[in-house]
Amino acid sequence: MINSVGRDIPDEYLKNGVEPFQGIYYRDGYTYPKAAPKVSAYVKPTGDKMIASIRGAIIASGLKDGMTISFHHHLRDGDYVVNMVMKEIHQLGIKDLTVCASSLGKAHSYLVPCIEDGTVTGISTSGIRDEIGEVVSEGKLKNPAVIRSHGGRARAIEDGTVKIDVAFIGASTSDAFGNASGKGGQSDTGVLAYADGDAKYANKVVVITDTIVDVPNFPASIKGVDVDYVVKVDSIGDPTKIATGALRLTTDTRELDMAKEVAKCMYYSGYFKDGFSFQTGAGGPSLATTTFLKQYMEQDHITCGWAMGGVTEPIVNLFNEGYIKTVLDDQSFDLAAVASANEGRHFEISASQYANPFNKGAFVNQLNFVILGALEIDTDFNVNVVQGSNGVLRGAPGGHPDTAAGADVSIIVAPLIRSRMPTVRDQVTSVTTPGESIDVVVTDYGVAVNPKRQDLLKAFRQTNIALKSIEELRDLAYQYTGKPAPVEFDDQVVALVEYRDGTIIDTIRKPKSLN
Amino acid sequence: MAVKQRIRRSMIFLNTQRAALVKDAFVYHPDCVIFDLEDAVAENEKDSARIQLYQTLKQLDYQGVERWVRVNALDSDLINEDIRAAVAGGAEGIRLPKTETAAEVKAAAQKIEAAEKEFGRTVGQTMLMAALESPLGIMNAYEIATADDRMMGIALSAGDYTRTMHAKRTVAGTELFGARSQMLIAARAAGVMAFDTVYTDTDNEEGFKEELRLIKNMGFDGKSCINPKQIGITHEIFNPSEQEIQHAEHVMEAVQDSKDNGVGVLTVDGKMVDIAWVEGAERTLKLAKAAGIYEGELV
Repeated sequence: MINSVGRDIPDEYLKNGVEPFQGIYYRDGYTYPKAAPKVSAYVKPTGDKMIASIRGAIIASGLKDGMTISFHHHLRDGDYVVNMVMKEIHQLGIKDLTVCASSLGKAHSYLVPCIEDGTVTGISTSGIRDEIGEVVSEGKLKNPAVIRSHGGRARAIEDGTVKIDVAFIGASTSDAFGNASGKGGQSDTGVLAYADGDAKYANKVVVITDTIVDVPNFPASIKGVDVDYVVKVDSIGDPTKIATGALRLTTDTRELDMAKEVAKCMYYSGYFKDGFSFQTGAGGPSLATTTFLKQYMEQDHITCGWAMGGVTEPIVNLFNEGYIKTVLDDQSFDLAAVASANEGRHFEISASQYANPFNKGAFVNQLNFVILGALEIDTDFNVNVVQGSNGVLRGAPGGHPDTAAGADVSIIVAPLIRSRMPTVRDQVTSVTTPGESIDVVVTDYGVAVNPKRQDLLKAFRQTNIALKSIEELRDLAYQYTGKPAPVEFDDQVVALVEYRDGTIIDTIRKPKSLN
Repeated sequence: MAVKQRIRRSMIFLNTQRAALVKDAFVYHPDCVIFDLEDAVAENEKDSARIQLYQTLKQLDYQGVERWVRVNALDSDLINEDIRAAVAGGAEGIRLPKTETAAEVKAAAQKIEAAEKEFGRTVGQTMLMAALESPLGIMNAYEIATADDRMMGIALSAGDYTRTMHAKRTVAGTELFGARSQMLIAARAAGVMAFDTVYTDTDNEEGFKEELRLIKNMGFDGKSCINPKQIGITHEIFNPSEQEIQHAEHVMEAVQDSKDNGVGVLTVDGKMVDIAWVEGAERTLKLAKAAGIYEGELV
């Protein structure tokens, strides 16, 4: 069936109530019962949650063939937890597992042999990169992977699309009862926002930490009342790869010029008012935008009500200087963000609070601005952030579709050409975020506004913003690169791209080049 | 066609060997680019750089940014082909390095004319700029600037000059004071434009600004740049300030008033002004207009 972004979704994936994508607000007002976990009560006061080893916790949790386990990615590239757990599961010979992760990357490479021998047969994730991206693209995972946004993952857990049997939650600190936090240990992550739903909705919850602290470990991101077992290990991760030092602000003139243009679009959009809210990513131009925003705030004597998202040092600096009143944090990217998390008005929010479309109003709905990246953008403003132009999985929707759908003004910033590949093109390799939710595209060659936003077009025409149509940007790109030949794919579907509301927005097939 | 007088605050050198650099340097909005075939290009890449130059000039729309080509030295065996490629591609001008005499300019002009004829270009459409890089070049600045009708300007190149002067480069630039002054006087006397040397410490934004303020006040028309990040700063310093634009407007309006009312004495912002100021005011407004920061009708 052809969905509303023109993608053909095979009928075999449209069963059991799964529908094709039909517009960004198609499921507004949707009514459903939340999925409750099966709880084993700790009635006796003598109950001891501490277990000596990960293997012991896996056995105690009753993990069996065919079940679903979950992980979060706050330990980022320094994560030891996923590989430690998967090695034990592998040795125990448990098969046919589905891994529900908030993101997967180079730190999780032990999943590769697990996929190859059938230990893991299903994956759902908000990010898929490096070796895991390659092995899934090659079609080695038995079932197609499901790519979900952060909000979509929170939704899928809460509405029961995903039933987590055992959640493994790496935590910087925990007390013996499972009150766990991203602060105070050897490997701090700042927040544990993506694990909130896992703890509340999984049947069994295992906290894995390298730092046991006295009871109560408050403020706790993960509440002990939701935790079955606590395991102490030597180390949950490599701190140098978890929260890196300050992400260096770009000095690249091209990126700075794009960042200036983004800030200018925000300023003239009509939404740049005292108390405004915004989210930026950690990429070069997105990060640099904060510098120019500060100049506009100073000029107009206004402040930002709240900034949200993956939090970085530039955001923390603006917060400490009083330009931002409140920070809402679902991921701490650097040491400054980790240190600031849960201090003063820098609050941790769960993935559901952040972006779940099926709760009673996530924070993304209240965003004025979001600044996002893109691997590819088509002339309908559809964006791909998951699949490389060679067809291989190498990206993450993260909160992309969620924030784009929620924000008053969603701005994509990307160079027009990357290594001879056009970013703006006739068709994206696959759709992650529908063009319906994208308002402005800022490139190094000019700015395109989605024609449905005539208000922005009118406002920008009064300025020196270098406006171009999206077709003009595509033509400029093609002037250099030529029109790219379509990537050839096999029939085998290796991944489904689920929109945040659970509908299917695209499928990803195995590239022929990987045969 | 050659436009001798236009806004040329920034001229950025681009290594023509590097496709990624020359493909779209117009996105940085310089006034001029200089495709370099000389020092930046490795000896064994001279041919490929020249081919890339030709293709860049022919194929890419530089969106109004003026395209210059720095050719190899007159006494090299590369210059003939360099000039042929630049003229065939339609470059607006040729920058001649290490110029010391008027005869060299004339020799280069002859080569350009031959190339224009060979490739069916209008004779005279390709401008010339001479880089002065030695004491002799500075001494001959006026003769060089007036050696040929193609001459658009002269530019100081401080590296070799400082070495041959036995001087040391200083932050304040005192060692260049004589050269800068002498070439500026020559340029103004000859009616051509004057451009200052590059500032190599690309991370020192404050030092760069200081130097820009110095050369702007001296009377230079623009600066050679080596990093895209220097372009915006150069324009910022060279652009007239809001205050300067307002004052220039008042001067121009006062001139009109005095003409209309037959009053001989000019008063601007409560002060008497010399009629000689009018030319400066006009130049300020023209520069502001060309820079896109003045939309008035006084010039």
